[in-house]
Amino acid sequence: MSKSPTGKIVMMQGNDACAEGAIWAGCRFFAGYPITPSSEIAEYLVRKLPKIGGTFIQMEDEIAAMGAIIGASLAGAKALTATSGPGFSLKQENLGHAVMAEVPCVVVDVQRGGPSTGTPTLPAQMDMQQARWGSHGDHGVIALSAASAQEMFEQTIRAFNLAETYMTPVILLFDEIVGHMTERMVLPEKGSVEIVNRRHPEKSPDKYFPYEKTENGIPILANFGTGYRYNVTGLCHDDSGFPTNDSKKIEANIIHLTEKIERHRKDIIRWRELYLDGAEVAVFAYGGVARSARRAVKECREAGIKAGLFEPTTIWPFPSEEILDIAGRVKAFVVPELNLGQMAREVELAAKCRAEIHKVNRVDGDPITPKQIVDKIREVV
Amino acid sequence: MFNYLDYVREKNLPHIWCSGCGDGIILKALIRSLKKLGISKDEAVMVSGIGCASRTAGYIDINTLHTTHGRAIAFATGVKLAKPNLHVIVVTGDGDATAIGGNHYIHAARRNIDLTVLLYNNFIYGMTGGQVSPTTPRGKMASTAPFGNLEPSFNIAGLAQAAGASFVALGDVYHVQQLDKLIASALQKKGFSVVEILTPCPTAYGRRNKQATPVDMMNWLKDNVVLKDKLDKMAEDEKAGKIASGVLWDVEKPEFTSEYGKLIARLKTEKQTKE
Repeated sequence: MSKSPTGKIVMMQGNDACAEGAIWAGCRFFAGYPITPSSEIAEYLVRKLPKIGGTFIQMEDEIAAMGAIIGASLAGAKALTATSGPGFSLKQENLGHAVMAEVPCVVVDVQRGGPSTGTPTLPAQMDMQQARWGSHGDHGVIALSAASAQEMFEQTIRAFNLAETYMTPVILLFDEIVGHMTERMVLPEKGSVEIVNRRHPEKSPDKYFPYEKTENGIPILANFGTGYRYNVTGLCHDDSGFPTNDSKKIEANIIHLTEKIERHRKDIIRWRELYLDGAEVAVFAYGGVARSARRAVKECREAGIKAGLFEPTTIWPFPSEEILDIAGRVKAFVVPELNLGQMAREVELAAKCRAEIHKVNRVDGDPITPKQIVDKIREVV
Repeated sequence: MFNYLDYVREKNLPHIWCSGCGDGIILKALIRSLKKLGISKDEAVMVSGIGCASRTAGYIDINTLHTTHGRAIAFATGVKLAKPNLHVIVVTGDGDATAIGGNHYIHAARRNIDLTVLLYNNFIYGMTGGQVSPTTPRGKMASTAPFGNLEPSFNIAGLAQAAGASFVALGDVYHVQQLDKLIASALQKKGFSVVEILTPCPTAYGRRNKQATPVDMMNWLKDNVVLKDKLDKMAEDEKAGKIASGVLWDVEKPEFTSEYGKLIARLKTEKQTKE
């Protein structure tokens, strides 16, 4: 992410910034279903996409929207859907199909409170683990977060780039705080943003195997209708794309789906740090909560308390190595979240008992204030 | 001589369908129709769901997408909209399309999107071992209807018509020449087209319902599936238990992909006019 982008200064809502980012990334297909607090993304794209030759469709349900973007992607379009908690639950089966069939696409989840209908208009971060384990079966997952409208724009572009690079669905775990916040942002200059496009097979159709691994371990799927006739399935398959019952091939298939993400952790994992050098307490915060956390650590430093911030912008794969490293240097982690500790679990696992873990949780629909975080830091030191 | 293997992925044979299953007959009818219409293998896409019917995708040598249970039409909608020049054929079964996938079936019909749906109706969930489906006739036996099915069955062709489809037909695997014509007409129709195809499942349905052999089931199709025009002329007492076949519904109405294409063109013109 560029630190201080130059370009056109605009006021934009986070959800609109996400939609605009999708267009910049080359997204030309959107299928969705109305759900608060993500609907602005659909409402933005329905107006923009047909003007640039793209397609928007409001499907009959969330499941259909997920299916439609997989179909569109296989036909060659960069494709997006957007939803929130209940819709994200409904999408899980087809999300697993995209994982299994290695179809690039992007799924936005502007989180609200759950379970069930929960709190449609209030902020929460309750789908963090659903993004990791919501669909059945073992597989790797890429999920990103954002703390500003600017970052929703940039992370949406990055999500498409990662999807095309690793041939996988990428999840954008946003939250209502940022999604519905209108603020200043910079639309970069045209051509200044890196865009990754899908690779096309170089082999002739008779020598082509859709799931054959290339030099980076990632397959190349030809677009439908380009002369490469192959099979796509959610069944365990071999390199040819056809179902298999061969135990060795099944094992290779499943291990690949995790390994292809894990092997590229260094490329995928990104984070920001604030005052972490010499910190006694490290705050781990993401999304809308990170904004309060930044203020909190600044206030602490001003008061002479050695607090720092680790702000992951990649949620999955989880930055375990980075957390372990910090754990060896700090007394404790403070993990503020709009859930009951979904990512604190991961921090605790990664820290391997080298640092204490203290949680700050809020599930009443209100944001976490800087003061709540400061109070916890004071208590810990 | 016509060589089916030009359209078949020979290395995937033998197929997984049981002896006496009609699904292979439908595959051959589809191949003949594609050949007859001159639709190239590269511009044809088959999208299927889950079940015996949906396994057709593994055998035909076109672009094939085997999806999740009930969702083939949703995936196919994405394929068609992203590349409207492709011929998108959905292969699905009675359970796949009208139970778990019922919502997509009626909404694609309402939208009148240009998909050709071949809906194999064998009155049962075959792949999972013979559970009752939305088309199992009342009183018939299934592994989950051991005392006879209490529920009325769907009229799946009527459902598509009522929901807005522009072409609806019913055929079966005994009257194969007619089936060829129906599939070809559906492929040519610009709009949401459904061919409901009655096909025997002696393994999961017939053996529980006094039609234990494939021949019994074929004879049942022969005697009970009657051309709509012929059926209309029959006396009321002769009509009992008979099923009307042929083209049941064929109308012209706006097709969704074309309408969207027109919108793109209109917005482009408006933009140019402004500039």
